[in-house]
This record gives sequence, structure tokens and C-alpha cells, in this order.
Amino acid sequence: MQGCRRLVEVGRRQFLKGSGTMAAGAVAASVAGSRRAAATPAPARVDYPSNRLANVADLAVNEPLEIAYPDADSPGVLLKLGQAADGGVGPDGDIVGFSTLCPHKGYGLLYDPSDRVFNCPGHFSRFDAEHGGMQIWGQATQNLPQFQLRVDDRGDIYAEGVDELIYGRLSNVL
Amino acid sequence: MAYKRYIDRLPIIPADAREHNVVCHFCIVGCGYKAYSWDVNRQGGTAPDQNKFGVDLSEQQAPETEAWYSPAMYNIVKQNGKDVHLVIKPDPDCVVNSGLGSIRGARLAEESYSRTTFSQMQRLTDPLVWRYGQMQPTSWDDALDLVARVTAAVIREQGEDGLIVSAFDHGGAGGGYENTWGTGKLYFEAMKIKNIRIHNRPAYNSEVHATRDMGVGELNNCYEDAELADTIVAVGTNALETQTNYFLNHWIPNLRGQSMTKKEEELPDEPHAPARIVIVDPRRTVTVNACEAAAGKDNVLHLAINSGTDLALFNALFTYVADQGWVDREFIEASTLREASSRPPLYPARGVSEANPGHLTSFEEAVDGCRMSIEEAAEITGLGPADIVKAAEWIAMPKEGGARRRTMFGYEKGLIWGNDNYRTNGALVNIALATGNVGRLGGGVVRLGGHQEGYARPSDAHVGRPAAYVDQLLIAGDGGVHHIWGCDHYKTTLNAHEFKRVYKRRTDMVKDAMNAVPAGDREGMVGAIINAIRQGGLFAVNVDIVPTRIGEACHAILPAATSGEMNLTSMNGERRMRLTERYMDPPGQAMPDCLIAARIANHLERVLRKMGDDSYADQFQGFDWQTEEDAFIDGYQANAPGGEHVTYERLRAMGTNGFQEPATGFEDGKIVGSTRLYTEGVFSTDDGRARFMDAPWRGLQAPGKEQQKAAYAFLINNGRTNHVWQSAYLDVQNDFVMDRWPYPFIEMSPDDMAEIGVGEGDLVEVYNDAGATQAMVYPTPTARRGETFMLFAFPTGVQGNVVNAGTNELVIPNYKQTWANIRKLADAPEGTRHLSFKSQEYREV
Repeated sequence: MQGCRRLVEVGRRQFLKGSGTMAAGAVAASVAGSRRAAATPAPARVDYPSNRLANVADLAVNEPLEIAYPDADSPGVLLKLGQAADGGVGPDGDIVGFSTLCPHKGYGLLYDPSDRVFNCPGHFSRFDAEHGGMQIWGQATQNLPQFQLRVDDRGDIYAEGVDELIYGRLSNVL
Repeated sequence: MAYKRYIDRLPIIPADAREHNVVCHFCIVGCGYKAYSWDVNRQGGTAPDQNKFGVDLSEQQAPETEAWYSPAMYNIVKQNGKDVHLVIKPDPDCVVNSGLGSIRGARLAEESYSRTTFSQMQRLTDPLVWRYGQMQPTSWDDALDLVARVTAAVIREQGEDGLIVSAFDHGGAGGGYENTWGTGKLYFEAMKIKNIRIHNRPAYNSEVHATRDMGVGELNNCYEDAELADTIVAVGTNALETQTNYFLNHWIPNLRGQSMTKKEEELPDEPHAPARIVIVDPRRTVTVNACEAAAGKDNVLHLAINSGTDLALFNALFTYVADQGWVDREFIEASTLREASSRPPLYPARGVSEANPGHLTSFEEAVDGCRMSIEEAAEITGLGPADIVKAAEWIAMPKEGGARRRTMFGYEKGLIWGNDNYRTNGALVNIALATGNVGRLGGGVVRLGGHQEGYARPSDAHVGRPAAYVDQLLIAGDGGVHHIWGCDHYKTTLNAHEFKRVYKRRTDMVKDAMNAVPAGDREGMVGAIINAIRQGGLFAVNVDIVPTRIGEACHAILPAATSGEMNLTSMNGERRMRLTERYMDPPGQAMPDCLIAARIANHLERVLRKMGDDSYADQFQGFDWQTEEDAFIDGYQANAPGGEHVTYERLRAMGTNGFQEPATGFEDGKIVGSTRLYTEGVFSTDDGRARFMDAPWRGLQAPGKEQQKAAYAFLINNGRTNHVWQSAYLDVQNDFVMDRWPYPFIEMSPDDMAEIGVGEGDLVEVYNDAGATQAMVYPTPTARRGETFMLFAFPTGVQGNVVNAGTNELVIPNYKQTWANIRKLADAPEGTRHLSFKSQEYREV
């Protein structure tokens, strides 16, 4: 319906606003389906790259740092929450990373530092950064994909996996 | 840690995948979906020619893409005995949802039965009977023989009133035209069952008798009207959570001003602005918040009335609008009753009879009878007088240049399960009629609905009005056999504490009797059962798709197929009828309800003949259906208005858009439908004129409510939440949902929490004179002191336990006006410690 198409446009604008730093880099395709046995459902996990996203020193408490993982077309943020959180890493166990594409319709999520929640301007969904991306309320059928992080001796933060399917791709690693 | 699936790749739908039309079988909105299925040994690829979407799936897809589905939209199921991949995703070409999926409907695939992925393994696969002290699987013939013999024996002793029936009467899962006809033909044609109730109320009645008596069918507009209205009035409905994609796809665009072009095109001769909305609800819901985000706070008027005072508000609005002259005189003259009869002698305390608790009359008499000043209404409702006047202006003040304001009125359970249902419903319809907002673009006075609809049954006139209060019959020891179709009163009735106590005792009597007889001795078994029934026992038969709480008390359980495992037709809240095609096999021996009804009829005929009662046995003929389409042809096609134009083949061709009932013809390969009702100003009364209702305020109407309010500290308002469909009958096995809501929440003001000494996630007991239940505390700063809101019908804490037995004259339950005390049971259990208890309200960043 026409009204809906306009809503889509609003969503798209919001999407661009919410993920402004994402470059449109072309990613070499590895055809997910063709390299495995066809007779069984998908294997449990794809092979994830270990990507350095930032250094602990780059993060200030409660200020999201825009990153991308597993590739440039998958926007996300790193957050230092200031207190240990589900899935948190680093010396204080408080550094977390999330996809910022809403797993409902792919709109860019906007982080509200006042209550540490990601909000979706498209259909009003909310995901809690302090509780593993739990959908507090919303229309997605999954909680927010969280990046599995590792911090090395130098304080470099690496992402090495994702715990849910990222919006807009049928394989987390394209 | 929040629940995560750890699924990071899904099989790709190949270009040649099979495609079936699907309508979500949960809520009234009926979003269009497509089911894609293909052989389990194959899959598509990322190249455009290798997948259904024709796009390069090795690239990130844009927001709103058709070419993505979540893990919840995927499963592996059986189709004609073979494993297939299944993706059920929202259909972008369906005008209802335009590709939107809700948190409930977008889990249709995940909530399908699969022995490969182990989803919904709770589904019933075989008939079960009570044997050797537990439920045991058996054959259809064995189970049906027992059911038929006991049923026939009870009817022989007690007459048909000894058979008590609980049955769905709606569309979607556990319903649809096929299945309501199947059960309807069995109980209303072969038999004339009077002691029958519906899934969510204790009698066989309409939830909206008043609007029907006034000549205004309750689903009279179309979803596009929400895009065209100047003002939307939402009463007792939390549409964002309970009619999600109707709200998101049709209300929000109007509130955001995105339907302005459509308004100007369709209604060119009047000024337009983005819609304003009036929301009547004691609670600040996420719907209120979303409307504010979309329209700006200045265009949202939330009337947070005192619980149960809607009628006073509506009468004040009606009075004010009439006094200002903001009414549609031409419409009133042409289309409503002009000669009023005098008030019944005892009115307003009582109507002309218990069956007619209102007084149907003319506009002028209704204005006179309903008269209430703004100040008086402000006192009763707790609202500011200025807000009531503002609502009247938004509803009816003519637009610039004098054009009539187009106002759509939508109401649901806050009104339906609220105080004085009949008169409150009538009072709202009064305003819509007075302002000429029925049958017009941008108008309508409609219930927003729970389930879809799908009612096709023989006449129910023999049931009478008021209908029998079935729960009270069961509690009083009446009846000998109870047939239950897709209902779970243990979770979804009022006075549930007492109901369960008595029901368990009566059904246990029969179980104990059955335990004493060898299962193979059928004669002896039936004799023992009948003997237990004579002593007050009850034999219970449960037809359902899953094991239910009431099913634990039953003696025979018959497994049903659900939507998609059978072809199923229903209509949505704008009367849009579609066919969900069968895309997978039912579990085990499960059958469509209509065929189960037919097989019960076949067995009753056989057993009755054996008993020598040929004339009664003859009444059970005409049930030789072999498929659900046979039931559809016998029922809908032959009985529904316009049904002769509707076939499975035609519906299949019309996809997820279908047509809007009633059908009026078949032209150019399409069924011709009806976009709106009453467009000619002719209403559903004998003379075609609508009635107004003289409906004065009379306080809390249902027995026991005023006393309960006085005796207990907290309002226990109650209703639905976004994650959960209905009583969680499927969600109870969905990890994603149960992780979020392991217990039913109760929203409480932090000040109230401090006063009774509870923290977030703590388990509390809610208790009063009707019973007790438990809930998990959810701190809610927007909640008013002394006013809580509890999740309704949830398996781990049944709100109905504390709802008293009081109903209105027509046996409509009054769930919403419930008061109780609250005390702490336990600190937050482990299963709640990972939960977020933050505000559910979206915030603009």
C-alpha cells in the first residue's frame, strides 16, 4: 500500500541516519550453500573472521563506537557499559558489541545512553544492551545479535562470532 | 543471558520452491504470508537465478527486503510424508500487512510440528483415552466408540441438556468456516445443544449484542478507513500489541501524515490533516506511546479514565456533541428510528427483559436518557473537564468550511470485558450514529477483534438469550458429559479457581471408576462411567492440537490438525476472507476438527442404532465428509451470505488478498466483495433503520464488583502482551517467548512496590474473595498507584483465578474490573534474573 511504501522510505532515511559510517564496500562472496553437503540442514556455525575492531583505550563509558562485523556491510557498535554485563569482555567484563540492524525489518537502531537501550524508529522495538540484547519489547522474532568478543594483552578488541542471524543476510558470513 | 538460537545460516529458498498462500492463524488482522517448501535434499544458491527472489544473496540486503527471513520463519516439516524445508514469511503483496510480520505471526514456521528440529513436540499425535490410570494412545475407532457410547448413554438418561459443550466459534487456528460448521452441524442440527459456551466466555452469546441490536454489525468498515479518518477513537484496545500490523500499516501512516495523498485523492472536497487520536484506557500502553512518537503529543489525547467508567464518558461526549449540534441530521432522519417507544417500566434499573438490558430508541430519546454533563462525567471518570470537551471536539466539531469530521471508532476487550458491556457498547455506537460515521469513508464503529472470524453454523436460536451460564452448571454438578473443542478454561475463564476445584473433583470421580474396570471390557467401562456420572461425576472429551490444562482432567483426547495442516478459510477484521492452503502434514493421526465432528456423528449414529433408537440416529446423517473442502461446501457455500460465489479454487487464485465479505458475485475471474457495510444507510434491522440506545450510567453493574473494589487495595487490570499469542498454547514450547516471560508479569508502580516490599522479578501472590494466583513484578513508573496490570491467560499464573463470577445480564464476563490484594511470595527466581525490566516504551533518540 502506498502508506506503507512511505513508511519504508521513512525507515530507510532512519536507517541511513543510524548507520552513517557504513561504507558500501563490496564483499567477496563465498557461496554459503554450495560448499557443504546438501542432504542435511545447515551446520551449526559458519567460520567467522577474527577482526580487530578497536582498542580498549578507544572506548569511553556509555559512548557507542561504531564498528562493522563480520564485514563492512554489517554495522554494529562496541559499548563499554561501566559494569559487567552479559557477554561482556575486557578487564571489567563490561565491553559488549551488537549488530545495529534491527532483526525485525533492518532499520538502523539508535542507542539511548540514558537507559542503555537500542531503539528502532521503524516499529518501536527496544533491545537492552545490558541484558544480552534482550528484546524488551518489539516485533523481531529474535533478540539482538551480539558479537562474541575477545580482548588480547594489548587491549585490542576482536570480534570472533555472532550469536544470532544478522538482518539482511542468510549467512552471517557472506 | 538473553535466549539466542546460535543459528547463523539458513538454507536458501530455491527458485522453483513450492509456494502456498498462508494467512497467519493467530490474531484478527490476518496478515498475509507465503509458505515456501522444497525437498530437504536441495537448496537454492546465492546467484539470482538460484533463488526465489532473483537477487544476489551474497550481498547484504536492504531494510524491508523480501529476500531475508529469520530463523523463526524456518523449519523442516513433513509434506505428503516427506521431509521438506519450510519458510513462512510475510507477503509484501498482501494489502493487510504489506510484508510486515509481528513477533507472533513471524514465528509460524518455528511453531510448526517437526520431528526433525523437535519443535512443538507437545502436539497431539494420537487419540488418547484414560486407561490403567493414565492417558494412553489408541485408535480413532476405539476412542470415538467410547466417546459415542458415553455421550449417547448420558443423552438417553438426561436428554441433550446432559451434554455440555465448550467450543471455539472463531476463525484462524482452532476455528475457521470448515470447523465451526462441523461442530455447528453436530451440536445445532443433529442435536439442539443448549448448554454450550465459547472459548473465552461462559455462555453462548455475542460479545457485542448491543451494536447488533442497534442494527450495526460490529465489523462494518475496512482497514483503509484508518488511513482516511480525521480522528481515530480507540477504546479499550492496545492495538500495537494486539492488532499489531493493522496499527503499524494503517494507523501509523495516518498519524504520521503519510496518507495525506490518499485522503486528498479519495476525498477531494474537504480539508485534510494528519490524523489525531483519542485513546480511552486506564493504563498508559505502548500504543499511547507509539501514537505520540508518530503524531506528536499534541495530536494524541489519552483519556486515562477510572477503570470501568467508559459509559459515563461516552454519555457526556454524546450529550455535548448533540448540544453543540455537531450531528448528521440528514443521516439521522434517513437511516435511524424516528418513532420511539416509551421506556420500560423499571428502566434504567432493568430493561424490558433480561434478554434486552438496554432501551432501543430514537436519537432524541437517547440524548435525553443518556444525558450527562461534562462536570458529572469528570467526577466519575477522573478526567479533566477540558479533556472531555477536547475529545468531543476532535470527534465531531466540523472541519474548516463546515465539512463533517470523519471519525473511526475502534473498541475491544477493555470495553467488551468491561463494566456494563451492553450499555457501554451501545453508548459508543450512539456517538458514531449521531455523527454519521457508519458506512462512510474514514468512519466505522468496529470492534478491533481478537481472533479472526469464521462463523458458519445452523441457527443457534434454541440456545436462547440470556444463554445458559455453563460454568455455573458445571460447578453446580449438572451435565454428565462435556465435549471441549479448542478451549482451555483452566487458563481462560473467570472464577477459574472455583471452576477448577469442582471440575477436578467431578472428573476424578469418573477416572476412579474407570480405573476399576479392565480397559478391554467396553460394556463394563461404559457402565462404570455412567454410574459415576449418576453420582455427580463428569466424563470429559477434549479435542485440541496440544495438551491443555483442562485436558489433564479429561478421559478422552482427540488430536486435531491446525491451519496449514489442513485447508482453512477465515475472515479478518475488515471481513477479508482468504484460504490458507495446506502446506504440511498434520502430526500423526491428527485430523481437521470438522472431520472429527463428522466421525463423532458417524459413531453416534451407529451406537444409537445399536441402542434401537433409529429416529434419533437418523438425525446424525449427512456427515459423510472426507475432506475439509466437503465441510466447506456443505457449510459456507450453502449457508453463508454470498457463499454460492466462493470456492476453494477461486480463493486460491485470489491469494492473500482474497475478498471482503459478503461476496456479491463472480466477475472477470474474481469474487466480488463488499469494502464497507451500510454504505447505503440501510441497517441490519427489520425496517433497515439503526437504533440509538437510551443507556444511562449505573455504576459497576456486575454482581460483587463494588464490594470487591471496596475491600481490596489494587485494581488487577489485565490483558495481552506483545510476545504471546492467546493463552500461550504454542508459545509455552517456544524458548524465545518463555525466556522473556517465564511468569506472567504484573505491572506495578514503584511506590506500590516499595510499600509492599517487593523488587523487580519477585513473585507475588494476588488474592481476593474469588481465589489466588501468582505473578512476577514488573516495575512500571507510568502505572498509577493502586492500579496494576497482569498478563491474562498465562499458564504459569492464571489471572482468571481472581476474577469473580459476576457477569452482565447476557452472561458477558467482566474480567477487567477485578480488585485484589498483593503480597510477596518469593524473591526473584533464577529464571527471571537475566530479564530486562526496563520500560517497554520506545524512546526517540
